[in-house]
Amino acid sequence: MSATMVLQPGSLERFETPTAREPLWVKITLITIALGFFAIFLLFPLFSVFSEALRKGWGTYLAALTNRDALAAIRLTLLTAAISVPLNLVFGMSAAWAIAKFEFPGKRVLITLIDLPFSVSPVISGLIYVLMFGAQGWFGSWLAEHDMKIIFAVPGILLATIFVTFPFVARELIPLMEAQGTEEEEAAVVLGASGFQVFWHTTLPNIKWGLLYGVILCNARAMGEFGAVSVVSGHIRGLTNTMPLHVEILYNEYQYAAAFAVASLLALLAIVTLGIKTLVERQGRRQADESNTTENAS
Amino acid sequence: MATFRRYSPLPGFGLSLGYTIFYLSLIVLIPLSAVGSKTIGMGWEAFWSAVSNPRVVASYQLSFGASLLAAAVNVVFGLVFAWVLVRYRFPGKGLVDALVDLPFALPTAVAGIALSTIYAENGAIGGLFAEHGVEIAYTPKGVVLALVFIGLPFVVRTVQPVLADLEKEVEEAAAGLGASRWQTFVRIILPHVLPALLTGFAMAFARAVGEYGSVIFIAGNVPLVSEITPLMIITKLEQYDYEGATAVASVMLVISFILLLVINALQGWMQNRYSKGA
Repeated sequence: MSATMVLQPGSLERFETPTAREPLWVKITLITIALGFFAIFLLFPLFSVFSEALRKGWGTYLAALTNRDALAAIRLTLLTAAISVPLNLVFGMSAAWAIAKFEFPGKRVLITLIDLPFSVSPVISGLIYVLMFGAQGWFGSWLAEHDMKIIFAVPGILLATIFVTFPFVARELIPLMEAQGTEEEEAAVVLGASGFQVFWHTTLPNIKWGLLYGVILCNARAMGEFGAVSVVSGHIRGLTNTMPLHVEILYNEYQYAAAFAVASLLALLAIVTLGIKTLVERQGRRQADESNTTENAS
Repeated sequence: MATFRRYSPLPGFGLSLGYTIFYLSLIVLIPLSAVGSKTIGMGWEAFWSAVSNPRVVASYQLSFGASLLAAAVNVVFGLVFAWVLVRYRFPGKGLVDALVDLPFALPTAVAGIALSTIYAENGAIGGLFAEHGVEIAYTPKGVVLALVFIGLPFVVRTVQPVLADLEKEVEEAAAGLGASRWQTFVRIILPHVLPALLTGFAMAFARAVGEYGSVIFIAGNVPLVSEITPLMIITKLEQYDYEGATAVASVMLVISFILLLVINALQGWMQNRYSKGA
């Protein structure tokens, strides 16, 4: 919801006329409240992750990260993201193409259904796969006969992660592609471009920043998901523990420095994600400005 | 197909829509329907005894009470944040604007252990409160606190663009007609952002009700006191009580769907309101 927000340049100046301005003390009070809340609620927790991680020094920090189980958790987290993000990327592009470029009945319902995983509790997102593939689930006995395991194994973790990250790319792309309309694509088709060429040369350059943003959010959630993965993982050290689950185990064993060391990697991921998001928004704004000026010139 | 959709020269409609519906069914719709079918299959008595168990009822009270309170706090502070970010210039503004989304980007387990460490009795902020006999971590207060953290960006990011779009001329006209700044705020600005505030409130509330990772570490999970509803599902699963877990999940799902419809309606109201106003 935040990617499409673009503040117009010079938007601040619009409010700087004397008749529509608050007294200085109001302004200072509001800024103080916001900055105080920001420092206590956002900045301090983020800072504390790193300070707790390094409380016992770099030696302990590095040892916690190079521990065999920690490395296995990092590998599993990377694998999970590497599989779930591309699958949801393909889905997101396909859904956005159908929804944004064509008119058909039931479109709003389809969009609501795509958003569904966001309104489901993470715990339920895990539970549904237990009900399907768990020992007592729909396919439980069939899986047992064929000696296959989904729940309390890596496939379950993948499924739960795909579910919770399902809408990210689609919901970034749909409004973006709807706003861009179909004229450019139609012109390309008239000029003889194939379907793939239209997408690659006409649509993709227009949506690349939104696409990147969606992928980054999707990746952050895929690597950081806790509740859903916790239900299906079984918490087997070195085998089915992702990084967030490893953090939980260490924390519950009172190995605080180690827990925060692994957590600090996830916090870094969050910082990088927010950094790229800020850059992408700036790019998007620049692109919008450029298209505005070319339109004004012509 | 030709009658199903309006004609378009663009290729790929059948393929892209077909794949979308196939993947949506496979990953989302069919698995979610498992909750429905299992709930129907268990019979009324088993369902009722699971969802009306005193521990579960206490968890509804905590989950909904804490979520309402947290969403209300978010409305107040979210509006202040959005206002300050849209209207004022101050040092560190870029950083504040970027980090407002931290609760979206920070994995919930990381937020959870960070908040419970800070607000524990021996923590940096929890220690200050403990001196005055107030415990935050491992009580319902801790739950509210974690939910405030999680919900803040929802309100800020829905209100911010709406506030930025508000025409300065309207405020100047109000001032010109003799309205004080406070009257202009209450009569002009607040009604303008009200749909956005309500949408942000509903989104923060919906997220808070289902939230698990950031709450679970700070809640303390004391039966009848500080257990949230998602935890009850996990507890029942750990006892291999799949029916009980599914019953509680179905209650939560129904509430989530109602909230989703409410949010959709609010967003429709917002779209109408703001496209007309512009």
